[in-house]
Amino acid sequence: MDYLLSDEQKMIRELARKIAVEKIQPVAAKHDQTEEFPWEVIKIIAESDLFGLFIPEEYGGMGVGVLNLCLATEELSRACGGIAVCYAASALGTFPIVLFGNDEQKKKYLPDLAKGKKVAAFGITEPEAGSDASGIKTTARKEGDHYVLNGLKHFITNGGDAETYVVIAMTDKTKGARGASAFIVEKGTPGFTFGKKEDKLGIRASSTRELVFTDCKIPKENLLAKEGMGFIVTMKTFDMSRPGVAAQALGIAQGSLDVAVKYSRERQQFGKPISSFQGIQWMLADMATEVEAARALVYSCARAIDAKVKDVAKDSAMAKLFASDVAMKVSTDAVQILGGYGYMKDYPAEKFMRDAKITQIYEGTNQIQRNIIALQLIKEMAKQ
Amino acid sequence: MNIIVCIKQVPETTEVRINPETNTLIREGVKSIINPFDMYAIEEAVRLKEKFGGKVSVLTMGPPQAEAALREAISMGADEGVLVCDRAFAGSDTWATSYTLSGAIRKLGAFDLILCGKQASDGDTAQVGPGISAHLDIPQVTYVKKIEEVKEKSMRVERMLEEGYEVIETPLPAVLTVVKEINEPRIPSLKGMMRAKQAKITFLTQKELALDPQQLGLAGSPTQVVKIFTPPQRTGGEMLKGEIPEIAEKLAELLRSEIP
Ligand SMILES: Cc1cc2nc3c(=O)[nH]c(=O)nc-3n(C[C@H](O)[C@H](O)[C@H](O)COP(=O)(O)OP(=O)(O)OC[C@H]3O[C@@H](n4cnc5c(N)ncnc54)[C@H](O)[C@@H]3O)c2cc1C
Repeated sequence: MDYLLSDEQKMIRELARKIAVEKIQPVAAKHDQTEEFPWEVIKIIAESDLFGLFIPEEYGGMGVGVLNLCLATEELSRACGGIAVCYAASALGTFPIVLFGNDEQKKKYLPDLAKGKKVAAFGITEPEAGSDASGIKTTARKEGDHYVLNGLKHFITNGGDAETYVVIAMTDKTKGARGASAFIVEKGTPGFTFGKKEDKLGIRASSTRELVFTDCKIPKENLLAKEGMGFIVTMKTFDMSRPGVAAQALGIAQGSLDVAVKYSRERQQFGKPISSFQGIQWMLADMATEVEAARALVYSCARAIDAKVKDVAKDSAMAKLFASDVAMKVSTDAVQILGGYGYMKDYPAEKFMRDAKITQIYEGTNQIQRNIIALQLIKEMAKQ
Repeated sequence: MNIIVCIKQVPETTEVRINPETNTLIREGVKSIINPFDMYAIEEAVRLKEKFGGKVSVLTMGPPQAEAALREAISMGADEGVLVCDRAFAGSDTWATSYTLSGAIRKLGAFDLILCGKQASDGDTAQVGPGISAHLDIPQVTYVKKIEEVKEKSMRVERMLEEGYEVIETPLPAVLTVVKEINEPRIPSLKGMMRAKQAKITFLTQKELALDPQQLGLAGSPTQVVKIFTPPQRTGGEMLKGEIPEIAEKLAELLRSEIP
């Protein structure tokens, strides 16, 4: 389908595809096996200017918005959902600064993030606070010119490898959800250490670690927005970043569809390629249709964001929900089409399936996305 | 340091098909790319520029669509692209090509270095680089795998041999042809691609170059292609197994029966 992309958008897609095919595909299986952080690829992506796509030009970025970020993420994910998320999670950690940073904070942090000299991460989840983010226990106590952070974040993508962290902590527990605030924390700050690295089902090239804060003193200038805005920062950030997860899912779905179509033409059974069996053809047809529907939704949502449409929470949640469900289904069907070979690590199908699963879980599980969508629907009806 | 990189646009596939009637490559439906060996030449030129300053000009002779190759080189960091393009140059062999390119190089003005890939992946002749050096009467070093040192008026390079390498010091300007061991070509940056899209490509025709018509195109090409064919695939050999005396006996037997 033709999405009437501009020349610039096509150029960005072509560039990301080139990186995916030439630099990611050859190392994807290795990183999946070793769980080593893909610094060599990150460096190439950095030099290609792709880290700065959504960052304003005045802060060293390209200023070309969220659709382009999605196009790049999709193409990178076609080759490896794990390596792609190292890139996409840096965007997740950068969005709060783009959206809520003051000029000084933007000047200090964005140029290095735009150039990919530094990678970012975002931390809200804690062992006792996943879907219910309001249950976070990490605290930030104001002491003169500083805030002192104490607590533990877990499951943080790029944790340990990122230099710049945006962390949500409670500044005033008595205020509940209005008592949370967002802070920029730099790696190397005394009192800020990293816990264990998770051993994961999929996206194994990406690192997932605990962030540990023990009397970690950060300057008060590192508060993003105002005290009490922590959850607003988080929600608005997710509105921008969920299409990115959706694009990651889309890339994984497209990648597994490509593998399935190619394999079905090569594999012979009953004296014919399996692609000649209607049972396989219909599966492929459904997979392709679902991928295209997901793409249409993701691009539309990203375009709405770039056009500064006011409330995109529902669109964003729908894009993430639908694309990730499609990725899970299509990648599972791809394994089915490859039969026993699909189950083996010699073919990329099983990795796509393992990588797909996370897209239904992080940045809010798909149950939570449905909650967001439903809540919005009900609100809209109530307004009428 | 002013560097000229000579590049060629070639069909992407390594399994080029040949039209048996005209003895030419079938290019229809095959994507065109920059000759892979030339990518190393472009990369090395851009690295030299980044280190020593100066300018990188990319030069190609070819049909109008070869402009895409020049733009790609610019996206990797080259400063300008020059396309030598004229019906009069069509059908050139390596002599006529290197003659024409050296004419264009003279037209471009002062330079310190000319870089070429070691050979083109379609013709595999490895003659155009050396041809340019001959036509311009400047030194050449082929199969360069490393530039060790760059001085005011000379440079020291490593030239790859079958076993090991030679270290050669050459005065400048010179022509170097490079092998893939020399570097890893970069992925272009988005800013580079945007610049390449806007860049103005200079077209040079026979009108500007005013070269000797006797040495141009098909007529100026001493090479006559008698026949082009795809060599038959080598069939797999036979492995002899067993104890050494046994193998020796079998081998002797085979040799006797195979050699008339
Ligand atoms: C690989 C990985 C990377 C991650 N990266 C980051 C990161 O960079 N930054 C960060 O802050 N977090 C990150 N996370 C955390 C992620 O966002 C959470 O895991 C996710 O929000 C779910 O929280 P939980 O794991 O505690 O599950 P729980 O909240 O315990 O959920 C368990 C189950 O209950 C369901 N459930 C919960 N509440 C409801 C409800 N109200 N209605 C219906 N069903 C419900 C859930 O959908 C789920 O199926 C990451 C997680 C993983 C696994």
